[in-house]
Amino acid sequence: MTEPLVRVENLTKHFPIRKGMLIERVVGAVQAVDNISFTINRGETLGMVGESGCGKTTAGRTLLGLYPATSGKTIIDGHSVYEARGSELMKVRRKAQMIFQDPYASLNPRWTVNSIVSEPLRVHNLINTRKERDERVKELLELVGLNARHINRFPHEFSGGQRQRIGIARALASEPLFVVCDEPISALDVSIQAQVVNLLEKLQDQLGLTYLFVAHDLSMVRHICDRVAVMYLGVMVELAERDELYENPLHPYTKALLSAVPVPDPRKERERKRVILSGDVPSPINPPSGCRFHPRCPVAVERCKAEVPEWREVRPGHHVACHLVEK
Amino acid sequence: MKTDHKFLEVKNLKTQFNTPEGTVYAVNGVTFNLSEGETLAVVGESGCGKSVTMMSIMRLIQIPPGKIVGGEVIYRDNDLLQLSEEAMEQIRGREIAMIFQDPMTSLNPVLTVGRQLTETLRTHTPMTPEQCRERAQNLLELVGIPDAKKRLDNYPHQFSGGMRQRVMIAMSLACTPSLLIADEPTTALDVTIQAQIIELVKELKKSVGMAMIWITHDLGVVAGLADRVLVMYAGYVVEEALVDELYENTLHPYTLALLQALPRADRRRDQSLKSIKGSPPNLLVEPRGCPFAPRCEFVQEKCITENPALLDIETNHKVACWVDVKTGALR
Repeated sequence: MTEPLVRVENLTKHFPIRKGMLIERVVGAVQAVDNISFTINRGETLGMVGESGCGKTTAGRTLLGLYPATSGKTIIDGHSVYEARGSELMKVRRKAQMIFQDPYASLNPRWTVNSIVSEPLRVHNLINTRKERDERVKELLELVGLNARHINRFPHEFSGGQRQRIGIARALASEPLFVVCDEPISALDVSIQAQVVNLLEKLQDQLGLTYLFVAHDLSMVRHICDRVAVMYLGVMVELAERDELYENPLHPYTKALLSAVPVPDPRKERERKRVILSGDVPSPINPPSGCRFHPRCPVAVERCKAEVPEWREVRPGHHVACHLVEK
Repeated sequence: MKTDHKFLEVKNLKTQFNTPEGTVYAVNGVTFNLSEGETLAVVGESGCGKSVTMMSIMRLIQIPPGKIVGGEVIYRDNDLLQLSEEAMEQIRGREIAMIFQDPMTSLNPVLTVGRQLTETLRTHTPMTPEQCRERAQNLLELVGIPDAKKRLDNYPHQFSGGMRQRVMIAMSLACTPSLLIADEPTTALDVTIQAQIIELVKELKKSVGMAMIWITHDLGVVAGLADRVLVMYAGYVVEEALVDELYENTLHPYTLALLQALPRADRRRDQSLKSIKGSPPNLLVEPRGCPFAPRCEFVQEKCITENPALLDIETNHKVACWVDVKTGALR
């Protein structure tokens, strides 16, 4: 097998909590991402799902180096993201891009589409003349299904779906290999979501892109991803090939999460047995001991309180962190 | 479900907003009715007029810029649109209660939860403060908040999102209303918390026996919850049917397109999603023809010039469309 495009090893991101006005001291840490490891193959879409506060967005941002990692390693196309400096760092940044969740907040309202989309071109010195720039931007706009004549318009003149396309065009400007899509469709209406998802798939085929698709919509993740990772409170609890995960979930949290997803079929909905989890997700400042899911887990035993479950491969390609899963 | 239609009847409701850009045609003649104890889901995308319809029924539209330009809302033989503000206040909260989408912003952050919970009781009942507090505690217990007595003195920021939505539900149930209008109550919540809230509401509905209107854009949530469904587009009701009928015998091209645009967590992927071309309609233009025509794959010439009325096509199934989606020909 060829070397995966992205390799994440024991990645940890803690945000320190400081107290005191003059003499600041660190009194604790939000353990947003704790010791996660995975790989993403070339041309693959890896889904990362979980509920708010599970660390999926932080993981996506940290692995691009947008947040400095507390510890661990991320290697993208042979370059170590946190050790790269100077021209090597620029190269990593050029090859790894991001699409953001909120198409309203992620575009500068005072910039024209031209300036927004060409920013990566300027930063990475990929263009020399103004004419070259305009042509490249027009090409990118057409690639994402926007009218090239709208190049001098401002973001407020576009709808949410169109703005998301501008964000995609910007991400593609520097010809990346790898794109982190951070909830790219959750702010859009259902009829527009399908348009954007189909566009992302078309671009992947056309340009050979690799995606990390961060989302909370489990139905969409099943549709678009090849493999899916489930996060809970900063840790990865399960990772498997798409249909294997949805048809044969092993971790109790994955089971509960999947049973909570509503399906648009009234007869099926009436017959479904839901695993209703009690309580809320605990605080990541002071996560539970042992398995972080144990206080809400319907099948937890004594061992779960004391011992952190090992991340292991129980079947080919199916990883899980739970004491109760048999090999 | 079939017999008593006298509980709530909305007839030809029209609401518009005057804005500097022109008149926004938000609700353009919405008609439906609701029986006692029934759950009706109103489905549509942002800007389809689903929330404005409910706000108009509750007379919570800000006037100006808004204006209810026509129609009737008959609730138990009274037209709510004709009532005085004082009479309406007797209905709001006591007879018809509402819960909103965002539990973070619809609670007052500087008042304790207990204070906010007893507000409806203090307004509508002659209870003493002690009785109010006791009732508030019972309500919190009813919606599954542990340690209710202590929690009454907490402020909203001390509750999580799911817990806040429970508080909102408790508030709406304070006077045992006969109709609860829920405006996207679970949209801001995570799926596992959404499942908790839906289970809770289903149980409460059974025990309290109230009717409910549930506004949502999620066709999955509707499937597990509603007796009957209204689908709205651009301020019009385009389809109305019993829940099974709507999913199994879809008659409007918009409803059909929405269902086909949805990925399914319970099925293997077979093809790319079918997307709906174009973007949502501009409500600043006075509607002419069918509002969905520019995006419709079944569109005919007639659709562009004449707006179809919502008609009974089959028993308990109304649709506003010139075209039969099964044959693609005009009806």
